[in-house]
Amino acid sequence: MSHSDEADSPTASGARVTQPLTRRPTAGWALMGSELAVLFRRRRTWVMLLALALIPVLVAVAVRISSAGSSGRGPAFIDQISQNGLFVALVALTICIPLFLPLTVGVVAGDTIAGEANLGTLRYLLVSPVGRVRLLVVKFVAAMAFCLAATVVVVLAGVLIGAALFQVGPVTLLSGDTIGVGQAGLRALLIAGYVTVSLLGLTAIGLFVSTLTDIPVGAMAATVVISIVSQVLDSLPQLDALHPWLFSHYWLDFADLLRQPIEWSSFGSNALLQLGYVAVFGALAYGRFASKDVLS
Amino acid sequence: MPDGGLAIQTRGLTKVFGRQTVVNGIDLSVPRGSVFGFLGPNGSGKTTSIRMLLGLASATSGEISVLGQQMPKRAGTVLPRVGALIEGPGFYPFLSGTANLRRLDSADRFAQSSTRTVRVGEALERVGLTHAAGKKVRAYSLGMKQRLGIANALLTPRELIVLDEPTNGLDPQGTREVRNLVRSLTASGTTVFVSSHLLAEIEQMCTHAAVMRSGHLVAQGSLDELRQAGQARVRVLTPDPGAARRVLAQLGLAADADASDTHPLDGETVTAPLDAGQDGDGAIGPGTLADRPLDPEHIVAALVAGGVRVRGFAVERATLEDLFVALTGEGFDVAQ
Ligand SMILES: Nc1ncnc2c1ncn2[C@@H]1O[C@H](COP(=O)(O)OP(=O)(O)O)[C@@H](O)[C@H]1O
Ligand SMILES: [Mg+2]
Repeated sequence: MSHSDEADSPTASGARVTQPLTRRPTAGWALMGSELAVLFRRRRTWVMLLALALIPVLVAVAVRISSAGSSGRGPAFIDQISQNGLFVALVALTICIPLFLPLTVGVVAGDTIAGEANLGTLRYLLVSPVGRVRLLVVKFVAAMAFCLAATVVVVLAGVLIGAALFQVGPVTLLSGDTIGVGQAGLRALLIAGYVTVSLLGLTAIGLFVSTLTDIPVGAMAATVVISIVSQVLDSLPQLDALHPWLFSHYWLDFADLLRQPIEWSSFGSNALLQLGYVAVFGALAYGRFASKDVLS
Repeated sequence: MPDGGLAIQTRGLTKVFGRQTVVNGIDLSVPRGSVFGFLGPNGSGKTTSIRMLLGLASATSGEISVLGQQMPKRAGTVLPRVGALIEGPGFYPFLSGTANLRRLDSADRFAQSSTRTVRVGEALERVGLTHAAGKKVRAYSLGMKQRLGIANALLTPRELIVLDEPTNGLDPQGTREVRNLVRSLTASGTTVFVSSHLLAEIEQMCTHAAVMRSGHLVAQGSLDELRQAGQARVRVLTPDPGAARRVLAQLGLAADADASDTHPLDGETVTAPLDAGQDGDGAIGPGTLADRPLDPEHIVAALVAGGVRVRGFAVERATLEDLFVALTGEGFDVAQ
């Protein structure tokens, strides 16, 4: 019964369709591949990743040429760099998290739907047909991949430039324990994972904002502004009660991953919070996009 | 409601934007295998109707069936069998023509990836873009983008192809190619639904047409049926227009109030519609059978007998163009 309902069945009046659709649909992975290819082959994406990679380079060079020793100011871990180049990655991440990462993520997430609408490709994707839900999922996954790529680029560039300009050796953790270079590399990747997860809530917000407009720049700007507002609210002690609900609340709490044994609680709270944001804004994006008139 | 003999069928299809009713209760019936022209001035609601047919926009009210299935409910099974060009091409400027088509093809879960390269190549060849396949779409002219859009509609064998103003931006040569392409499509049994604001285009490639006027469907049928609907008129060129009107009135023909033309030497042109029952070939209307046969020669005889100096006489059947201008109220390039 279920199959006789399919497209290839003769219609009630007995008329035959000219070219019955007998093929089974594929799983649809081709679109995911295509989406990733379009995203990562795009020059804009490369420029953003390159700009992110420049930040650890700047940090390392600045520390290298200023022999001024420790001033006690500046980002966390910056004083450790001259003893151990691996810390360049940590310092660079700390610098990138409040602004540069949200900026690039805002660009990618804000562009997801609005960018296609603006190019006029959205209507062609939809009549291809890509289901609207499938398109949202594919877009979100690709934006997630960008978050991962962005943080990994910062960490990797930091480790490489750190190793090039400074000595690299065993790392003394916040808990006082010392781990080897290999172990330290793993911790660095773990931190990249933490930061990636941190950005998922913002990605979901960007996806939702992107369904609201046909103007990608507007969606990008709105997403970045939202990330800044969240951080500003998080810095106001009067709004204490609100803080644990802000998606940026745990952004800089990756230091707990630098203890022995690893302190997972902030990772867990962060992941849960981000998941909540993904659920809420994913649902909002679905609610908006599934029934939206595509008139672009 | 779905009728298997129809590629597209709508009932009372309506779209309201704010307070403006852009598509107003249209009943389209597009026979399978036809080349169906969807004609109307700019802003008459063609693109909006097409968006609803393809599930891009929801209908405010009314029903749609495409290829015998309800839209937008069955979009997932209907749309893979439909190719479309909607309100101009839309492509990624930073990708090549080939990469663009591959991307859109990969969105269709029924399109086989194993044949993608071959199909994309064939589609590009069909629209004459093979030489520009590797070029970034950024560097394409509007005409080339338009062709790429048509190529996208041809990526897989389709039962229905919807082309919204496909010759926009094309030069006369490109327009001719599109016309030939449409012909070759129908040869393989594909139904083509093509919108245009240009009558000539529709007349040259369509078997059927529907005419839109500010959201209303004002005529629909095969081109022959539409031509039949055009009324025959008599046309008298005379320096005695007053007398001519009088004689025509005696024959039961209501002359048009004002002269359509004045000629300095020959006088005025007086026109009058022949009765609805009259046919262009001089057939006799039912009410006039016994005593007043309105053959052209009888009218001329009556005019001459009435002392009208007839310097020119013709019975003219309205062209499709006259009909469409009458139906839409305006010339075809004028909005609303
Ligand atoms: N997104 C929209 N919002 C409001 N009105 C619209 C929108 N899109 C089109 N219209 C109006 O709908 C009418 C029909 O437009 P359209 O379907 O594009 O006409 P056509 O394709 O026949 O030129 C026009 O008057 C246009 O102004
Ligand atoms: Mg239009």
